Order: sequence, then C-alpha cells, then structure tokens
Amino acid sequence: MRVAIAEDLHLLREGLVHLLRAHKFDVVAAVESGPELLEALVTERPDVAVVDVRLPPTFTDEGLQAALAARKRVPGLPVLVLSQHVEQLYARELLADGSGGIGYLLKDRVFNGEQFIDAVRRVAAGGTAMDPEVIAKLLASNARNEPVGRLTPREREVLELMAEGRSNAAIGQRLFLSESAVGKHTANIFAKLDLAPSDDDNRRVLAVLAFLNEK
Amino acid sequence: MNESGTGLRTVRALATGTALFGVALFGELVAAVALVGMVLSSVLGLIFLVPPVVRLVRRMTRLNRRLAHEWSGVEIDEPYLPEPQPPVPLADGWYRDGRSLYRTPRIPAFNRRLSWLLKDSATWRDFGFLAADVWAGGLLAGAPAILIVVGVVQVAGGSLLGLLWLLLALGSARWYAPWAVHTHGVIARVMLGSTEKARLARQVDRLARARTDVVDSQAAELRRIERDLHDGAQARLVAVGMTIGAAEELMESDPAAAKALLAKARDASSTALQELRQLVRGIHPPVLAERGLADAVRALALDTPLRAHVTVELPSRLDAPLESAAYFAVSELLTNAVRHSGATQAWIDISSAGDKLRITVTDDGHGGADASRGTGLAGIERRLAAFDGVLALNSPVGGPTTAVIELPRALQVERPPLTWKTVTMGICWSLCWLPLFPQGFVAMILKLVGMKEKSWFLALHMPPSLQWPTIIGMILLGTGMLATAATLSAQHRKANEVACA
Repeated sequence: MRVAIAEDLHLLREGLVHLLRAHKFDVVAAVESGPELLEALVTERPDVAVVDVRLPPTFTDEGLQAALAARKRVPGLPVLVLSQHVEQLYARELLADGSGGIGYLLKDRVFNGEQFIDAVRRVAAGGTAMDPEVIAKLLASNARNEPVGRLTPREREVLELMAEGRSNAAIGQRLFLSESAVGKHTANIFAKLDLAPSDDDNRRVLAVLAFLNEK
Repeated sequence: MNESGTGLRTVRALATGTALFGVALFGELVAAVALVGMVLSSVLGLIFLVPPVVRLVRRMTRLNRRLAHEWSGVEIDEPYLPEPQPPVPLADGWYRDGRSLYRTPRIPAFNRRLSWLLKDSATWRDFGFLAADVWAGGLLAGAPAILIVVGVVQVAGGSLLGLLWLLLALGSARWYAPWAVHTHGVIARVMLGSTEKARLARQVDRLARARTDVVDSQAAELRRIERDLHDGAQARLVAVGMTIGAAEELMESDPAAAKALLAKARDASSTALQELRQLVRGIHPPVLAERGLADAVRALALDTPLRAHVTVELPSRLDAPLESAAYFAVSELLTNAVRHSGATQAWIDISSAGDKLRITVTDDGHGGADASRGTGLAGIERRLAAFDGVLALNSPVGGPTTAVIELPRALQVERPPLTWKTVTMGICWSLCWLPLFPQGFVAMILKLVGMKEKSWFLALHMPPSLQWPTIIGMILLGTGMLATAATLSAQHRKANEVACA
C-alpha cells in the first residue's frame, strides 16, 4: 500500500516512516511543508496520506488546507490527519464532502502502533477513523440533544465506537459482545436517532457523524 | 426664522445675559468670602478652613459650568485632578505621612486632601474666574441690561442722553445679546475647562490602574501555569523516565515485566500530553493561533452544549493579544450562559465599525446576571480594560441576557497609501485650472480682443506664430489634467466600494 507522509518534526517523521515501513507500507513521499504535500498528493496519488495539521511555512493549519485542496482535486483521496489537538470544527470540514476516507487523530495515538496502523488501513479502505476525543466532544455538545439522551449506556458506548469508525466486529471485540448483539444495539441506536439503517459499515458511520454534527 | 421667533430669541438672550451678570455678581461675593477664608488660613494658620472654602468655590464654579452648558451651549469638563486614595495603615496599624506616624487616619487623610486641593491649578483658576467673571464675561453678557437701566434712570432724570443708551441697547440686542451669552460660555471654558495637564493626569491615573490589574492577573496566570506544569506534565515525565530506566534494567532478566513497564511509560506520556494540551488551550487555544478569532469562536460554539449561532463580519485578522482577549471573553460569557442562565440557545455576533470591534453575545436564558458578583465577568472586564475595551451587560430578571463587548482601535483601518496615483490625482485636481483658464481661455480672449497688456499670460509673450498653438496647447493640457483627475477619482471610489463590500 502506497502512503505519503507530511510532518515537519524530523524525529516524528522518521518514526512514522519507520512504523509504516515495518507494516509493509510503501512510503512514496515524506515531506515537511504544505506546498510540498499538495504537490506530492496530486502527482503521486498515494493510497493514503498521513498529514500533520500544522506545517510550515505558516505554521497554522497548512496541512489541513493542503489535504482539503488535494481532496478537491482527487475526490475521495484517503487522508489521515494528525494533530496535537482535535477540534470539532476541523472534523466537520474534513467530513463535509461526505465521501469518507477520512481520519482525524491525536498525535499520541501513534504511540499504539497496532491501533494506529489499523486506523491507517481503515482510512485507506475508504472508512473513517475519528479520535475518541472528537467523539467525546461531539457527544458533549449533543448533551441536550433529546434523541441522544434516550440511548442506554450500552448503546452510547456502541455509538461512540461506531462514530470512531469501527466495524461491528471490532466493536464486539472491544466490548466483549457477539457481533449479532452489536448489530441489535446498532439497530436500536438507528431507530432512536431516526436514521435509515444501512448494512454498509462506512455509510453507517458517516450517517452517525452527520447526525451528531447537526446539533 | 420668522420675526416673532427672532424676537423671542433676543428676549431670551437678554434675560439670560442679565441672569449671567447676576450670577457673576454672586460669584464675586463668593470670591470675596473665599479670599477672606484663604487669608485667615494662611495668616492666622486656620488651615482647616481651606477644604470648606475650596468646596464652596467648587460648588459655585460647578454651577457656572452647568449654566455654560444649559444657557450658552458650551460644554465644560471638570478639570480637577483625581481625588487622593484614602491612607492605608502600615502592618502595625499606624498611618504614615511623610516622616510622621499617626494612630488614626484622620490627619494623613486631611494632609492628602489639602495638598490635593492646593496643588491643583484648577483650584486657583476657579478662584480667578469667580473674581474676574463680573468684570469680563459677566459685564459683556450683562451690558444691554446695564445700558437699559442707565438709560431709564437718565430718562427719568430728564436727560435725553438716556434715550441714546436705550436705543443702542435695544437696537443692537438682536445681534449682540446671543453672541454675548455664547461668548460668556467660551470665556468660562478657558478659565474653568480642563487643562491638558489635568486631562493627561486623569488618563495616566486610569492607565496606571489598568496596568496594575493586568500585571497582577498576568502574574497570577503565570503562577498557575508554573504550578500546572510542575505538578502535571513535569512530574509525569520524571515518572516516564524512571519507568523506562526500570524497564531497561529488567530487559535481560525479565523481558515480560520490562514490556509491561514500557506500556506503563507510554500511558504516562499520553497523560502528560493530555495535560499539556489542556494547559495550552488555557494559554492560547491552538485553533485561535491557526485560524483567528472567527473560526476560534465557531469552534467554541461547536463545543458548547448550547445551540449557538455565530455571525462574523471582520475585514482582517486582529492583533494576537486582542484576539486572545476577545476569545476568552466570549468563552467566559458562553460558559456563564451554560452554567447559570439555563439557556438553550446563544447568538454570537462579531462585527466591526471603523476601527472598533464589537462582540455581542445573547442567550435565551432567565437573565439576572450581575457583573459585580461574578469573578468571571470581573476577569473579562480586567482583561478588556488593558485594551481600553468595555463590557456592557444587560440581563433583566426573566432574560434574555445580552453582553456587548467593545474594543476601540482593534482593527487597522487602511489609510490609502500615498501612491503615484493619489499624488497625480491631487496635482491634477489642484492645478488643472491654471492652464485651462488663465493661460488658456483668458489668454485666448485677450488675444481675440487684441489687448496690448501681456501680464503673466505665457502665450502672449510668445512670438506671434506660436501664440495660438500655445493657447490651444494650454487648453488641451488643462482638459487632460481634469480628465485624468476625474478618471483616477472614479477608480479610487470604486476601489473603496469594493473594499467595503
């Protein structure tokens, strides 16, 4: 699988290259600035890009802007955005085109190599990988949202994991439930939130995120 | 204005002028009393007479200022220096004044007041005004009335000269009386108004207070950050280092335990990062640094459980310190709305008028918020005061609550830079008449008429064969300049409209 990396801190960039190579990724570009990233994404067309939000030359949200610009020119280009902090605002902007293939994680998630690689693969496959903290913020700002309030604690847990972008199987593994039990919970959640059920994992996640983003 | 209106105005001005003269006479009396008081206090040492005397003088001049505003339409600010702070006891409960110590604050307070009153130049100018008013402005304003009285007395005495005075007074009253009343106000402003020194002293006082507040809160803030770092991230990093060290030792003998320790170290570093993130958010939120005020406030609106509607109309990014103050103010207001108001919705509006930034935060809660009670609101006010900003809170019981923040001079208003275009425009507008009229048309007329006088008309000094070409050339030059100026002005206006839109 071909991957492009944009990260301005040398050590972290090398670490990412190392980690991804160790998991049999083909790192086709490892750049350190916004313009370079856009160039690499458009010419190399990697299967997935791992992008730091804050990049030179402006050290603002250069990486995010480059990723969004690249997705405009290469629709559906899978991008996993890494940041020292997560904002609902950025998550919204990333999810706005509704086409999936989006990841948005805190940088510390790289510490857990296995889970990080899993997230990269999920994004590359057109799925989503939202940081638990983004989901927590989303749920907190939906605290007074009535349908969300009607969920049972268990359903809330399932909702959280689902919003992070996990499949039913992965959720079951996490919560020590059978896949069919998770399926029942998801059906309940969709009924309570008044969403159209769907068998496709990715589409289901996007529907949940869109619902939470509506507020 | 019709005749009766003018007449009424004249009569009113006459009456006002007469009253002003009366007030000036009374002021003279007050000045005389004050003089006696001052002489007694300085010659006989009855120093306790000074404050009441000054108070009397000030009361009188305060009346004069009010009358100047109400009758003469001249606004006069109070010029006095700010009142001294009451004395603060030392640690042992005594009060210090110069090199003396006092058991009670009475004498130090009196001394402070005394020097405040005596050192203020406004005190003496007040006194001077009261003494001089009747001879200057008062006489001016009261002149018609005096003339009339003198005239009536003389006529009654059988002298025809009195008739002249009466005619003079009544004949000129229409123009003279309103002017004299206004002039009295202007003279009063010169004597009773704020001197530049007093104005600056007041401003320095206000700035010093704002600065003390800012420095205090900044020091407290730094202290908090230091403590958070010391107890949080720093301590955790020490723990991480120690855990990794222990894992290193166990690597050979017990790889399984070493692995467990490393996992623990990873978790601890994650927690440290978490804490640093919280801390950074409190110092300067990353989204503010990355996107500016508008998006930072939108991010806030997304994070709050309220349904918040944000409208932003800003031409450019603000300076970082201002941006930060505005952001934290909005953040605090939203937090208050969530915590105390029971609101479900909030509206945040950020807009600019000229170089002024205005932020309005409204919620649909039950109101009753009081800026003097909450420490959060006081904090906002302090923070804004450093930028001359103000917070106005309107929160009737029953709601809704509206908070308006205004920050003056927050935005850089683009002054048109001096480009060659503006310079050309200025030259063309100001000089186009010169070739067009005197050197062009006037010279042409003189030439047609065949005048011998050449004056400063360039064309007429030329050899005959070049006279007509010069005249036409001048007219063309003038027209060209006019056209250029008009075109550039139109462009300029259009550019401004685009910039404003």
